[in-house]
Amino acid sequence: MAGAAKRVRRASRPRLTHPALVLPLLAYLAAFYAYPVAAMMFRSIAEPHWTLDNFRKIVETPVFLYVLWLTFRIAFVVTIAALLLGFPVAYLLARIDRTKSNLLMMLVLLPFWTSILVRTYAWMVLLGREGIVNQFLLWIGATDAPIRLLNTTFAVYVAMVHILLPFMILPLYSVIRGIDGNLMRAAEGLGATPLGVFRQIVLPLSLPGIAAGCLLVFILALGFFITPALVGGPRDLMIAVLIQQQVELFNWPFASALAVLLLASALLAFAAIAKRLGLEEAIGRAAR
Amino acid sequence: MPRARRSRQAQRRGTSRGLTLVAGLVFLYLLLPILIVIPVSFSSGSYLGFPPPGFSLRWYHNFFGRADWLGAASLSLWIGGAVMVLSTALGTPAAIALVRSNFPGRNLLVGFIISPLIAPVIIVAIGLYFFYARLGLVGNPFALVIAHTCLAVPFVVINVSAALQGFDERLEHAAMNLGATPWRTFWQVTFPIIRPGILAGALFAFISSFDELVVALFVSGSTAVTLPRKMWDSIRFEIDPTIAAVSTILIVLASAIFLSAELLRRRSERLRSAAPLPEPSAKEALPDGATVI
Repeated sequence: MAGAAKRVRRASRPRLTHPALVLPLLAYLAAFYAYPVAAMMFRSIAEPHWTLDNFRKIVETPVFLYVLWLTFRIAFVVTIAALLLGFPVAYLLARIDRTKSNLLMMLVLLPFWTSILVRTYAWMVLLGREGIVNQFLLWIGATDAPIRLLNTTFAVYVAMVHILLPFMILPLYSVIRGIDGNLMRAAEGLGATPLGVFRQIVLPLSLPGIAAGCLLVFILALGFFITPALVGGPRDLMIAVLIQQQVELFNWPFASALAVLLLASALLAFAAIAKRLGLEEAIGRAAR
Repeated sequence: MPRARRSRQAQRRGTSRGLTLVAGLVFLYLLLPILIVIPVSFSSGSYLGFPPPGFSLRWYHNFFGRADWLGAASLSLWIGGAVMVLSTALGTPAAIALVRSNFPGRNLLVGFIISPLIAPVIIVAIGLYFFYARLGLVGNPFALVIAHTCLAVPFVVINVSAALQGFDERLEHAAMNLGATPWRTFWQVTFPIIRPGILAGALFAFISSFDELVVALFVSGSTAVTLPRKMWDSIRFEIDPTIAAVSTILIVLASAIFLSAELLRRRSERLRSAAPLPEPSAKEALPDGATVI
């Protein structure tokens, strides 16, 4: 980083800012964010007394293991689907000129800024018995009677991929945008087929974006609550929904143990990528 | 050979046409839900069929005529406003400190400050719920302001940091050399230049609180029912098109805020590139797409 050079150059000058300006925010987050979350996690081993029983209960109860497995399976399928749908869009956006891509990017960001609850509700409208999807299927004659789409695992996939797609497209876009177009032109000039150019140039060079996008989507999908609770069926119990149910049943230490597992999974996935270029930038781009 | 090249070109055209088709379908998938909810909200029917049997504003009347809906909306507005002010006040100085200084553990600190964006919200929500339950603050709107600020502050930090990238610090040095106090230097030199970034962060902070459901679900109790919470309760019991009307209002609001923030972002880029003094080394230090913070 050239920041070092800047530092040296400016070291002797008077500075408007001081690192201590970060302290009010730090104190605030420590008191109202880190402490409550830490205290909650502590509860999982300290209540009703020092014990690992809460975790043992998760491991020994088939239903809870099933929920864990299901959560990972849904997050995995959603990640792959988002990658398959997001890559063509990111690639197209990165290959057209900036004016056009900025305009089309609005189409990605606009749903992104619409509330998750609104978008989930929209899928309830779309996938309902009288919804447009069923109307369309009836019209083309694919089915004789409305089929049950809402409150199925399929609905969870459709709505979750929809909500998480922008998190895949944004990091992919910024990485593919950075690939030197001359490489592809050179490969084409040397006789590579479009598929060959994709396999040997585009794919390897966009791996950092793929990694960042997949992990971002995977982590966010693991903790999804609103969407599976509203469009999923009774069997589509993801871990966040289970946590909420346990809190309502006043099984607070057990809910905390589930939360610890969820956080540990998210942190593991995060640690695998945090060092890589792209994630911070991707989150930054998505947030402004 | 010419034939081979022609067929390659045809193949390439075919590929790019296929790519455009697939991307177009994905765009449709992204926009479809929003495009469907808006017409449904103007339906004269009381079920969620499509196409709507006729045009009416009855669901908007229902929203604006009912005290519970309006109460929830005004509570969300003022909580969002308070969150916006608080997170801007906390986030702006922090972003300035983080961009301008380098100390051990700085990256870890940045990670901690933006972690509420990535951490599963349910974890934050139940942590805060247990915390407030012990303090007897469940159902207190101020508890929601405090909680939402934790989730909103990363938006301020990220946007202000972006506005500070490439900021020419010599402008501040000049002001201070001419005798301005640091306070005055900030308000007369730094603030006008980074103002678009601060405003964009503030807008995002507002909308993040205004749309927030998971924390509200636990912390709002029965006395601080926000708009998303009211929608959630309503969706679970009856899904009449009133929610489509509320959703349409929210979509319009979110689009307006998003477009304003986008315009502010462009303005901020213009302001920075219009910095009066050429500084080649700093420009090199921050190529397009450098890390945000």
